[in-house]
Amino acid sequence: MKSLWQGRRIPLSWMLLTRQPVRLLVALAGISFAGILMFMQLGFRDGLFDASVTVHRLFDADLVLISPRSASSVRMAGFPRRRLIQTLADPSVEGVTPVHWGLMLWRNPETRRNRAILALGFNPDDPFFLDPGLAEQTGVLKQKGRILFDQLSRPEFGPIADWYNDGRVVETEIAGNRVRVEGLVSLGTSFGADGNLLTSTETFLDLMPQKSPGGIEVGLIRLQPGTDPDLAVARLQQRLPGDVTVLTKQGFIDFEQNYWKSSTSIGFIFTLGAAMGFVVGCVIVYQVLYTDVSDHLPEYATLMAMGYRISHLLGVVMREGFYLAALGYVPAYLAGQGLYWFVRDATKLPVGMDLPRAITVLVMILVMCMLSSLLAMRRLIDADPAEIF
Amino acid sequence: MPILRRFSDMAADHDFDPVPPAVSIDTLSHSFGQGSMRRQVLENISLRINPGEVVLLTGPSGCGKTTLLTLIGALRTVQQGSVNVLGQRLNGAGRRSRQQVRRRIGMIFQGHNLLRCLTAEQNVQMGADLLPDLTYRARRNEARTWLRAVGLDDHQMGQLPHDLSGGQKQRVAIARALAAHPRLLLADEPTAALDSRTGREVVDLLKKLAREQACAVLMVTHDPRILDVADRLLQMEDGCLLPAIQ
Ligand SMILES: Nc1ncnc2c1ncn2[C@@H]1O[C@H](COP(=O)(O)OP(=O)(O)OP(=O)(O)O)[C@@H](O)[C@H]1O
Ligand SMILES: [Mg+2]
Repeated sequence: MKSLWQGRRIPLSWMLLTRQPVRLLVALAGISFAGILMFMQLGFRDGLFDASVTVHRLFDADLVLISPRSASSVRMAGFPRRRLIQTLADPSVEGVTPVHWGLMLWRNPETRRNRAILALGFNPDDPFFLDPGLAEQTGVLKQKGRILFDQLSRPEFGPIADWYNDGRVVETEIAGNRVRVEGLVSLGTSFGADGNLLTSTETFLDLMPQKSPGGIEVGLIRLQPGTDPDLAVARLQQRLPGDVTVLTKQGFIDFEQNYWKSSTSIGFIFTLGAAMGFVVGCVIVYQVLYTDVSDHLPEYATLMAMGYRISHLLGVVMREGFYLAALGYVPAYLAGQGLYWFVRDATKLPVGMDLPRAITVLVMILVMCMLSSLLAMRRLIDADPAEIF
Repeated sequence: MPILRRFSDMAADHDFDPVPPAVSIDTLSHSFGQGSMRRQVLENISLRINPGEVVLLTGPSGCGKTTLLTLIGALRTVQQGSVNVLGQRLNGAGRRSRQQVRRRIGMIFQGHNLLRCLTAEQNVQMGADLLPDLTYRARRNEARTWLRAVGLDDHQMGQLPHDLSGGQKQRVAIARALAAHPRLLLADEPTAALDSRTGREVVDLLKKLAREQACAVLMVTHDPRILDVADRLLQMEDGCLLPAIQ
């Protein structure tokens, strides 16, 4: 360490950058812009994918049973309820909860327009949510025709929350059946569902008579503490016939996200947006470094004439790129934080800075600057020390 | 300590001379261009410069002085004839060995060629940084010592070349060239951009410092007023070296 300090040289790259403040600012503005663009696009992408599993995350379950015919939360197929009961034979299973899951047509009581809403039906005595506050509210569902409405649902479902809070009796129709809003919960919207409602198994089956009573869409399994979920998945999958798929809770979340990632172009569009930011950044940094090298060509040639190695000069350009990356990342990161806050506030999307994305963008900016300096270095070949006398 | 001797003394016993010459050139020719565009710029040049000797080179414009300097400075590849500089044979020498030779040659240019973004002190230290195995502090002190030797005060050391006068810039360039402890100094019209009084001062300084270092000097100049600093005067015409006059 000491010898490194002793062996240090004049920080030529740093001087080249800082003694031209305007050019430095232009470069930093460009890099920050590219970084912000990448933060935005990747943030939106991850936020949207994250939003597709807002409901999934609420479940208090270690494992989840679904039908292999289910494609996503908007197309959940049923499987025999018996399968869930069968898992109780495994000693590591502590308890199970059957859940009905389906989209229903909700009539906006104000405009009388219908809109698809995600309904979850379950035994009100056996709520399965991680949030204990939710569990306390489900008692009211024991009466038939009662529902809990998600107040985070989009406004197109009607001013349900406002009416309810005003003390009005809020009633509407689902598939021709009368339902009454008996309380408000906060779940959150997702890709597949603009709104959510909770109800009892009986009400659910009344509202969707075409579903067979012996079938469920989701089976939640809680394991004995200390059980390895992955081993339990393998064991249960072996024990059960092929008409169910056993997933860990994370697997259930991934199942949903994969659907949106692979069968929609959302991922592609936003990744493309981030790539655009990368390219724009490359062009700007390359332009800045190229002019910088060109402007200083006689000086580089002088250094070569003095006996500096070409690799030393390449290192100077390389370090310029590195400093630009490091300096440009800081404002990009801060602006990214600010924009995430703004977007969260405006769209209710769960967009936030997380470490993997912070690192991804840092690496992208580093690659961007290094790549640009590599390209700009080619200009150095033109530095001929024989021409400077 | 290398012994300073007159060239004439050395020429006599040059076959069994223990001190190798700083520069020895034998039948060097050089041309630019290809085919019908080919132009011979240097023709059959032979020349020796001994350690510590100050040699001035004059001649009409376009006669090939700068070309000769770049060949000695290992900035160009040798085409024909042989060039030995500081014990290194330059014919067919690769990039790497030419770069190694250049570290031991100080070069002063017509334009000062200082790095615009560095202060005078930092510029000189770029020269001192070439010295191996010295700490940062030692190299900085080296740079400061040289700057004082060429007559810059502490305030001027911290200034950018932009803020220095022409003479000061050229002094900084001399300090930079000498800071790497060269054994040979090549200067191409170092006084061209200076008025005659400053030019004279700079050349005297150059000679004094080179003498103290026992560093050989080859200086190209058009300036007749500084010819008297030379130990020996060489004249060129149309790519040929005229017979010695002194
Ligand atoms: N890179 C080059 N390519 C082609 N011709 C060149 C090149 N460099 C120099 N020459 C030619 O070689 C000749 C000698 O040039 P050189 O620069 O050595 O002259 P000089 O003696 O230094 O002249 P001056 O006193 O004007 O500086 C000139 O005619 C010039 O046109
Ligand atoms: Mg010339």
